[in-house]
Amino acid sequence: MTNFFTSSIGKKILMAGLGLFLIVFLLVHLGINLLLIIFESRDPFNIAAHFMGTNVLIKIFELVLFGGFLLHITYGLIVQMQNWIARPVSYAKTHPSQTSFFSKYMIHTAVIIGIFLVIHLFDFYLQAKIFGGVPEVVIDGKTYHDLGLLVFEKFKIGWVVIFYIFTFIFLGFHLLHGFQSAFQTFGLDHRTLTPVIKASGVIYSVVVVAGFILIPLVIYFGN
Amino acid sequence: MDFTLKIWRQKNSGEKGKFVNYKVGNVSSDSSFLEMLDVLNEELILKNEEPVAFDHDCREGICGCCSLYINGRPHGPDELITVCQLHMRKFKDGDSIVIEPWRARPFPVIKDLIVDRTAFDKILMEGGFVSVNTGNAPDAHAVPVPKQNADLAFDAAACIGCGACVAACKNASAMLFVSAKVSQFALLPQGRVEAKERVRAMVAKMDELGFGSCSNTGACEAECPKGISLTNIARINREFIKAGSA
Ligand code: HEM
Ligand code: SF4
Ligand code: FES
Repeated sequence: MTNFFTSSIGKKILMAGLGLFLIVFLLVHLGINLLLIIFESRDPFNIAAHFMGTNVLIKIFELVLFGGFLLHITYGLIVQMQNWIARPVSYAKTHPSQTSFFSKYMIHTAVIIGIFLVIHLFDFYLQAKIFGGVPEVVIDGKTYHDLGLLVFEKFKIGWVVIFYIFTFIFLGFHLLHGFQSAFQTFGLDHRTLTPVIKASGVIYSVVVVAGFILIPLVIYFGN
Repeated sequence: MDFTLKIWRQKNSGEKGKFVNYKVGNVSSDSSFLEMLDVLNEELILKNEEPVAFDHDCREGICGCCSLYINGRPHGPDELITVCQLHMRKFKDGDSIVIEPWRARPFPVIKDLIVDRTAFDKILMEGGFVSVNTGNAPDAHAVPVPKQNADLAFDAAACIGCGACVAACKNASAMLFVSAKVSQFALLPQGRVEAKERVRAMVAKMDELGFGSCSNTGACEAECPKGISLTNIARINREFIKAGSA
């Protein structure tokens, strides 16, 4: 077992596992964000965000989540470096062979997601937890951070909306390959199941990205 | 047919190489790619120039020696063939053709278009066999093998070790080759006995030699002359998980 996660296959298995975990988390995150445009009031979102920020179980989950991101990113970078080193002299002429298109650009889509994650952390997580300066709101006699207001303010800025949409499209590209790739990495190969997984990957990527993109659009063009 | 060839020339593994342009004329459209290079080499020899070194042996698609990266594709522009099986009619008259060696850290160039593929042999030495006692050959039906597994093992065993998968992969990964070798044994009762040690040892060797990891791009399967399937890579991943958790 000691050499398992240092081997090429072991590293990919770890990345794939963490990737799938992040895929589940993204769904939860989308659910909470959608509260902002489903309801007239920002209260449900703020209560949900508060719950996510304070509940003990979720606190533990938060650690796992940060760890998950960090490990996926670290292993992604290590794997990518080793893959580059494996071909020191590149070809003079290349030909686009029939391959999973986005598989060739995982590191490129990843870098864009990475930049977004850093900004995202500063904007919401650190501002709420450390820097302070988040507006407050009273719901049923209890004070909450009005993170919803923060989102509304941000999504009234044109370039923020554009950058946000741009990032999520690239996240979609990452997942168009990543979702099904993770199952192949786990060794799952089945006559009927594999096509279902591939289709689910496409549906997930399109629906989740569309869901996330919808929010800034509704806010920006809403009143 | 006439062609302009842009060929990688390199004296030996120590020296830097470069591309050199050659013209070759009067090539029959029915000749193979290697025969076209033979024509070029005869002309070079007559001109007292060093002929282009390239690997070849059987010239009928079974040995896996021929290994040219032609216009961006291992074994050139045709499906399920080796370079020796590639016909010049697959090109247009007057085409210019770029010819490069396989590019991978574990496959250093020996000379011109010839690379050292000993790395594959080293991987095979780690587990590309079954340990059996010598003696009389057992009856063919002594060990029952499900037909489906026999077929899959046979398909995996069709790998000729050419290295086109490594050449095609953006990561220079040897996973298709290694997975074929692991699969051909893992699917048969005789191979199951040492299955765990085999997959561990072969993967460890593959990593040690500096091949990249698998990004599941599928470029290997698309370029493999023997149609080795990506399902073998799923199988090696499975075998590796089984071996690692025991
Ligand atoms: C900065 C953030 C990220 C980085 C640097 C990153 C990096 C990478 C890289 C380099 C790969 C390709 C590995 C290979 O070539 O074999 C990959 C695969 C993958 N990523 Fe990410 N990623 C990031 C974020 C995410 C997120 C947010 C998710 C999910 C919501 C995700 C899910 C996946 C999945 C499922 C795979 C496929 C694993 C496999 O091939 O088995 N990644 N990631
Ligand atoms: S898997 Fe295919 S491409 Fe790779 S070495 Fe075997 S025959 Fe050649
Ligand atoms: S020379 Fe033997 S396969 Fe081409």
